[in-house]
Amino acid sequence: MSMTILTWSLMAAQFMLAIAMVCACLRMFRGPRAQDRVLAMDSLYLNGMGLMLVFGIVSGSTLYFEAALVIALLGFVSTVALAKFLMRGEAIE
Amino acid sequence: MPDAKLPLTLMLFLPFASSAATALMPAGARNLVAWLAGLTALAVFGLGLWAAPEIYAGTVLRAQYAWLPEYGLNFSIRLDGFAWAFAMIVSGIGALVVLYARYYMSPDDSAPRFFAFLLGFMGAMLGVVISGNLIQLVFFWELTSLFSFLLIAYWHHKDAARDGARMALTVTAAGGLSLFAGMLIIGHIVGSYELDVVLSSGRTIVDHAMYPAALALVAFGALTKSAQFPFHFWLPRAMTAPTPVSAYLHSATMVKAGVFLLARMWPVMAASDYWFWVFTPVGAATLLIGAFLAMFQQDLKGLLAYSTISHLGLIVLLLGLGSPLAAVAAIFHMINHATFKASLFMAAGIIDHEAGTRDIRQLGGLYRAMPITATLAMAAAAAMAGVPLLNGFLSKEMFFAETIESHVDSAFDHTLPYLATLAGMFSVAYSLRLIDQVFFGPEATDLPRKPHDPAIWMLAPAALLALMCLLVGVLPTWTISGFLSAAVFGVLGALTPEYSLAVWHGLTPALLMSVVALGGGTLTYLGLKDYLSGAVEGPPLLRRLSGKRLFERAIAMLSWRWARVLEELLGTNRLQSQLRALVVIMVLAGCWPLLAGAGFSPAAALASVGVWLGNTWLSPRWLTSSAPMVGMFDPALLLVWAVGVACAVGAAWQAKYHRLVALILMGGSGLATSITFVWYSAPDLALTQLLVEIVTVVLILLGLRWMPRRDELIPDDQLTSARLRRLRDLFIAIAAGCGVAALAFAVLTSEQTATIGDEMIRRAHPEGGGHNVVNVILVDFRGFDTLGEITVLGAVAITVFALLRRFRPARDSFAAPDQKRFQTEYDSTRYAPGKDPINAHYMLVQGVIIRLLFPVICAMAAFLFMRGHDLPGGGFIGGLTFAIAFILQYIAGGARWVEDRLVVLPVRWIGAGILLAAATGLGALLFGRPFLTTAFRYVELPLFGKTPMASALSFDLGVFALVFGATVLMLIAIAHQSIRVYRTMEKASVREKAAARSRGDV
Repeated sequence: MSMTILTWSLMAAQFMLAIAMVCACLRMFRGPRAQDRVLAMDSLYLNGMGLMLVFGIVSGSTLYFEAALVIALLGFVSTVALAKFLMRGEAIE
Repeated sequence: MPDAKLPLTLMLFLPFASSAATALMPAGARNLVAWLAGLTALAVFGLGLWAAPEIYAGTVLRAQYAWLPEYGLNFSIRLDGFAWAFAMIVSGIGALVVLYARYYMSPDDSAPRFFAFLLGFMGAMLGVVISGNLIQLVFFWELTSLFSFLLIAYWHHKDAARDGARMALTVTAAGGLSLFAGMLIIGHIVGSYELDVVLSSGRTIVDHAMYPAALALVAFGALTKSAQFPFHFWLPRAMTAPTPVSAYLHSATMVKAGVFLLARMWPVMAASDYWFWVFTPVGAATLLIGAFLAMFQQDLKGLLAYSTISHLGLIVLLLGLGSPLAAVAAIFHMINHATFKASLFMAAGIIDHEAGTRDIRQLGGLYRAMPITATLAMAAAAAMAGVPLLNGFLSKEMFFAETIESHVDSAFDHTLPYLATLAGMFSVAYSLRLIDQVFFGPEATDLPRKPHDPAIWMLAPAALLALMCLLVGVLPTWTISGFLSAAVFGVLGALTPEYSLAVWHGLTPALLMSVVALGGGTLTYLGLKDYLSGAVEGPPLLRRLSGKRLFERAIAMLSWRWARVLEELLGTNRLQSQLRALVVIMVLAGCWPLLAGAGFSPAAALASVGVWLGNTWLSPRWLTSSAPMVGMFDPALLLVWAVGVACAVGAAWQAKYHRLVALILMGGSGLATSITFVWYSAPDLALTQLLVEIVTVVLILLGLRWMPRRDELIPDDQLTSARLRRLRDLFIAIAAGCGVAALAFAVLTSEQTATIGDEMIRRAHPEGGGHNVVNVILVDFRGFDTLGEITVLGAVAITVFALLRRFRPARDSFAAPDQKRFQTEYDSTRYAPGKDPINAHYMLVQGVIIRLLFPVICAMAAFLFMRGHDLPGGGFIGGLTFAIAFILQYIAGGARWVEDRLVVLPVRWIGAGILLAAATGLGALLFGRPFLTTAFRYVELPLFGKTPMASALSFDLGVFALVFGATVLMLIAIAHQSIRVYRTMEKASVREKAAARSRGDV
C-alpha cells in the first residue's frame, strides 16, 4: 500500500513539475519584459532540477543527481550573466 | 661488409638534428651555431671517408627500415659510388660554405635561422642523393625546393628576395610534382620503388608502353630543378639569396639534383631515341643561351648564374647523348663545376662584401686592392673557361670529343661540334670579361667601400676550392681518378668504358676545338668590350625573350584573374547563402540513395511509422503499469519535450529581431534535451549538455554586446521577394530537419544484433579499467581521436584569440551601452567618485556569493574529473566546470578586478594540456607498447581512498587543462574587447581635446 502511495505521489510530483515547466515556458514566451523572461528561465532550470531528482528517486539510482547538482551549483550562471547584461549592457566589463 | 646501418642513418639525420638544435639557439650565438653547422658537415664528410674503402671496392652500402611495409615501401638508404661522390661534394662544400658564411653574414642577420636552413638543406640534399627508394627521393627533392625557398627569401624584407624565392619554389615544386608522377609510373612499370630493383630492371622501362609518359614527367622535374631552358629564369632571380647560399645551393648542389637524377636513371632510361631528342636539344639550347646571356650580365652574380645554367646545359647535353663515355664526361663535369663555380661565387661574395657593389661596370682595377682574391678568382675563372692545366679543361675536352662522335644520325647531331665550340667561345668570353673588368683596367673610384682582401678564414674556402681546380687540372690521375671512377662505376656498373684522364691526348680534334674556343672567345670579348662597358642592361638579341615575364603573366592569370572569375561564379561572402548551399546539398545527398535505390516506397515507410506509433505512444501501458518504466514515455517527459520543442521553434522564430529572447529560449530547449538524456540513462551527456549550455549563453551574451542594434524597419524586409526567400528557406529547413529526424528514426528503430556499442561496453572495464564507457572510449579506445580533437580545439581557441586582437567593432556598437551611461551619470550624483562601481554597488551581494562559491566550484571540477573514469564526469566536463568558476569571477568582479588578483594564463594551460596528453601517449612507447596504450591499476590515496589510477587519467588531465584553457581564452578574449575599446576611446578623446586646445591657442 505504501509503495503504491509512493509511486503515485512520485508520478504526481513529476507531472506537476512538468506543468510548472510549461508555465515557466509560457512566461518565457510572453515576457513582456526581458527581466520576466530571465526569471522564467531561472525557474525553468529549477523545475528541471526537481524533475531530475524525482526521476532519480523513481529509478532508484543516484547517478542522475550529478546533473541536478550541476544545475543547483551552476544553473544560476546564465541567470547572473543575463541579469548583468540587462543591467549593464555587458556580461563582463 | 661492416654494418652500415648506423653510419648511413647518421649521415642522413645528423644535419636535420643539428638544424633543429640550431634553430633553438639564441640569435646572438653566431660562433656557436657556425661551429655546430661546420662540425655537422665535417662529421658527414668523415662518415663518407669511413665508407670510402668500401665504395672504392665497388660495394653498395645499404640500410633499410620498415616504413609502410604493407604497401611495399621501405625507408631505405643506398650509398653507391655515385651517391657517395655527391654526398662528399654536399658535405665537403657544405663545410667550406659554413666557414665562409660565418664571415660573410653580418651580425645583424639571424645566424641561427640561416644555419638552421642551411643544415636542413644539407640533410635534404643528402636525402636526395642517398635515398634508396624513389618515393623517398621525391620527398627529399621537394624538401630541397622548400629549403631553397627559405634560403632565397632569407632577407625577407627585400621584395626581390621574396619574389625570387616564390618563383624558384613555384618552378621547382611544380617540377617535383611532375617528378613524383613520373616516379609512380616507373614504380608501376618495374613493380617496386626500390632503387636497387629499378636499376637492375634493364630495358623493362624503355620497352614499356608508358615509357614516353614517364620520361616526359621525369624530364620536366629534372629540367626545372637544373634550370634548363625554357625553365631557367628562376635561377638568376634566386641570386637575391645571400652569396653562401648561391655558392652552395645554386651552383654546387641543388641545381645539380636534376642532372644527378638524370645520371641516376641513365642506365635504365637512356637507351632510347626519345631520351636523345628530349635532352640533347634542351641541353644544347641551354648551353648556348646561358653562355650568350652570361656575357651580357652586368651583375657579377647574374653572370655566374647564367654561366651555371650554361654548364648545366652542357651536362644535360652530355647525358642526353646516351653513350657511356658521354656519361663519364657528364659526371666529371658535375664534380668540376661544383668546385670552380662555388669558388667563383665565394669570390664574388667577397668582392660584394668588401667593395659594396656587384655591378661589373662600377668595379675595376681591384687587383691592386685585393690580390689574393683576384688570383683565386682568376684560377677558378680559367677553369670555367676551360684553360689547360685546370680541371675545367679536362671535362670540357671530353665534352668536345663526345660531340664529335655520332650518336643518333641526324643533321642536329652533326652540328653539335660547332654549337659546342660556339658555346665554348662564349664561355671564354664571359670568363675573360669577369676577370678583366673586375680586377684590371682603370681603378674604380666611386666604390661604396674601400676594398681590401678579407679575413684569412673567408678566403680559405675559396682558396681550397681553387687549389683543387689546379691540382685536378695538373695531376688528374693522382687526385681525382679514384673518386671519379667510383662515381662512374656507381652509375654505369659493368658498362663503364675505358677513359683516360691525361692532360695531353695528342693533337686531337677536341684540342683543336679548345684552341678555337679560347682564341675565338678572346676575340669575341675584345670585340664586345666597348658595348659591355656601356650602360646597356641585358643582351642585344634576346632581351625580349624573358621567361620571367611569361612566368609572371601565367601566375597572374592563374592566381589572380581566373581565381577571381571562379570566386565570382562560385563564391559568396554571405553566410546565409553558404549555409543554404550546404544544407541543400546535404538534403539532396540524403535523398539520392532513396530516390535512386530500388525498393523504397513511401507507403511502406509510412506504414512502419504507424506501427511504431501504435506500439508506443498509443498503447496504454504507461497508464496501466504500476510503475513507470525507465525508457518509456510518460506524461512528464512528454510535457518536457513540448517545452523543448516550443523553445527551439521560438528561438528560431525570434532569432532575427529579438536575440536575447532567442538566447533565453535556447537555454530552455537545452534543458529539455538534457532532461531527456537523463531520462534515457545518459547522465554523461546530460552533464556535458548542461555545462555547454551555460558556457554558450555567456559566450553569446559577450558577442551580443558587439552586434548592431535592433532595427525592425529594414525597408526591403517586407517586399515580396524577401518573403518568398524566407518561405523558401523555411521549406529547406523543414525538409532538412525532417530528413535528419527520419534518418535518426530509421537507425533507432532498426533491429540491431551486435553493435559497436555493446562491444565497447563489454571491453571497457577489462581492457580500459573504467566503468564509465563514454570516458574509456574518449581517453583510451579512441584516445588518438581525442588527441586530434583537443589539438583542434586548442588551435581554434588560439585563432579566436589572434583574430580578436585585431577586432574593430562597428561604429554604432562602439559606445558604452545606454544602461551603463545612464547609471554612471546617476551614480556620479550619489556616490563619491573613485570607487570601483561594480564591486561597490551593483554586484555587491552576488559578488560575495560568487567569490565564496569559487572554491566550491573548483572542488566540484576536481570531483567530476577524478571520478570520470568510473562514473559520469571526466576531463572535458571537469575542465568546463573549472572554466565556469573563473568566468563567474569575471562576471562578478569585472575583468580588471579579477586580473589584479588572479593570474590566469589560458595559452599555457592549452599548451600544457596538449603536451601532457601527447606525453602520456608517448609514455606507452617507452614500455614498447603502441602510442596511447593505457596502463591502469588501483592505488590507495590518502583522503580519496581506493582510486583507479589509469595512465588515461593523466591523458584526461591534459584534456582537462586544454578545455579549461581554450574556454577561458575565448571568452576572456571577447570580454577584453570592451576594456580595450574604452581605452582606445579615452585615447581618442584625449587626442581630440588636445587638438581642440591647440586650435584654441592658435
